[in-house]
Amino acid sequence: MKIDTELISYLEELSRLKLSEDEKNKAQSDLNRILDYIDKLAELDTADIEPLSHPFEFTNNFREDEAKPSADRELILKNAPEKKDGCFKVPKTVE
Amino acid sequence: MDLSTMTALEIGKEIKQRRLSSVEVTKNFIENIKNNDKTINAYTLVLEENALKQAEQIQKKIDNSEDLPPLAGVPAAVKDNICTKDILTCCGSKMLSNFKPPYSASAVERLEQAGAVILGKLNMDEFAMGGSTETSYFGPTKNPWDTQKVPGGSSGGSAAAVAADEAPYSLGSDTGGSIRQPCSFCGVSGIKPTYGSVSRYGLVAFASSLDQIGPIGRDIKDCAEILSVISGHDFRDFTSVNRPAIDFSSSFDGSAKSLKIGIPKNYFSAGLDKDVEKAVLEAAEVFKKIGAQIYEFELPTVEYAIPAYYIIACAEASSNLSRYDGVKYGYRSKNAENILDLFCSSRSEGFGMEVKRRIMLGSFVLSSGYYDAYYKKGLQARALIKKGFDEAFEKYDMILSPTAPTVAFKIGENISDPLKMYLGDIYTVSVNLAGIPAVSVPCGFDKEGMPIGLQLIGKAFSEPVLVKAAYAFQLNTDFHKKKAQAFKGGEQ
Repeated sequence: MKIDTELISYLEELSRLKLSEDEKNKAQSDLNRILDYIDKLAELDTADIEPLSHPFEFTNNFREDEAKPSADRELILKNAPEKKDGCFKVPKTVE
Repeated sequence: MDLSTMTALEIGKEIKQRRLSSVEVTKNFIENIKNNDKTINAYTLVLEENALKQAEQIQKKIDNSEDLPPLAGVPAAVKDNICTKDILTCCGSKMLSNFKPPYSASAVERLEQAGAVILGKLNMDEFAMGGSTETSYFGPTKNPWDTQKVPGGSSGGSAAAVAADEAPYSLGSDTGGSIRQPCSFCGVSGIKPTYGSVSRYGLVAFASSLDQIGPIGRDIKDCAEILSVISGHDFRDFTSVNRPAIDFSSSFDGSAKSLKIGIPKNYFSAGLDKDVEKAVLEAAEVFKKIGAQIYEFELPTVEYAIPAYYIIACAEASSNLSRYDGVKYGYRSKNAENILDLFCSSRSEGFGMEVKRRIMLGSFVLSSGYYDAYYKKGLQARALIKKGFDEAFEKYDMILSPTAPTVAFKIGENISDPLKMYLGDIYTVSVNLAGIPAVSVPCGFDKEGMPIGLQLIGKAFSEPVLVKAAYAFQLNTDFHKKKAQAFKGGEQ
């Protein structure tokens, strides 16, 4: 697998990142070297092997559906870069 | 009393018997931080005032003869990806450089309930991504054995602080070796617990199916005591296993008799430093002498562990780190016109290059068209790696291996070559993929006097057996008692 400049642009978009030209070139060569190594996995026979996304089997850990106070609004807003009227403030999103 | 030669448990005992006060011990370590950390840079934040206040409060309880746990009054420090209420938790990143969490991590709460005094927050690779603590936004930490060298990572600050007498013990986190490898590089002891043993509530997420908080200390007995405090079920972490805190009461008889230890022959191959190989094989001889049975065997799929690990860890990271958008907390770009621009600019200006690289790799392996060839394949390899361990543990109580293929390398030596850095994780990442526990303890020094670590890997929830073996090893060796010296005398 080779990552070209087009794919780098697509990954930037998926990752919500904006790279400089220098960073793009570096990312492309680094990711290609890493993928060359990762492609070793292709030789491993994984036919009929169930993917393991978690080390142990899980059963759902349900709790009672009770109304309880959640974290205080002011506490949660404390770290917000910008806030207004008890809400997070962001640039205008609709015209 | 020379605190630098005492374990945390020994200090705790002196405090309990009122031969030392928590305040004087705390002052001693703050003094050490002031003297040594200009060189080492293990701390990102020192909580002098808070710590002394905590120490006074605990001392009052001790003076009232309250029944307190063994480590009450003993100071500790915490890796900076573990949340501390109203205290900066920056994760080694510009992105979180102003973040004061509204709550403390479960592990911190439990330490404080047990009477710990929190000295400060410890440096780390940005978002725990790295093996050298060089990717930290707050500058690299130096190895106390040779300040030209890295302390390992990502819990480099946690290991260096203990090695440089800046804390009697610390908490780190381990996603692919981030507790064990820095322990190996800095000559200290550490435990990566079974997945689900220690609550991840309040641990800033990197790769959620791999992350675990664990202890770093001067010897394995300290580590066991800390782990018995921070482990146990927590309803706030959905993946916390419903078991009581780990009980190590059977771990300190000092015997390794009839323990069956497997050595994976294929771990001792190209890429393993000769001095490391020699020290680890000599450690196996020590185990033999104290009654363990040693067997050589082949552990299959070793060469697929790093590819599988980087696929899975980066995939999970790309998802976990999508929360950093410049809106709710953390860094916000000043140069954004619209909302999409705000997300992209905040992330691009707030994250360092290693984090960006891993997010992009994660986005790639999860993207449509590549998902099956990479992400799914990685999870299948993970299943085979776990199976390899399961089969080994039918025959052996534990596996003995090097912790890392080399000793600490020079600052700057590997940082421009990410793949080379990743290959240093060869012996540690498969443990996280399988969710099993492992310890790292010092087992020797290379020709230049740099520490070497030994890893013992066990099946899920076998921490007491691993500690039993490591404790017997430390009773019969003194590598863990050797002290780093390079940070003394004001070297750069």
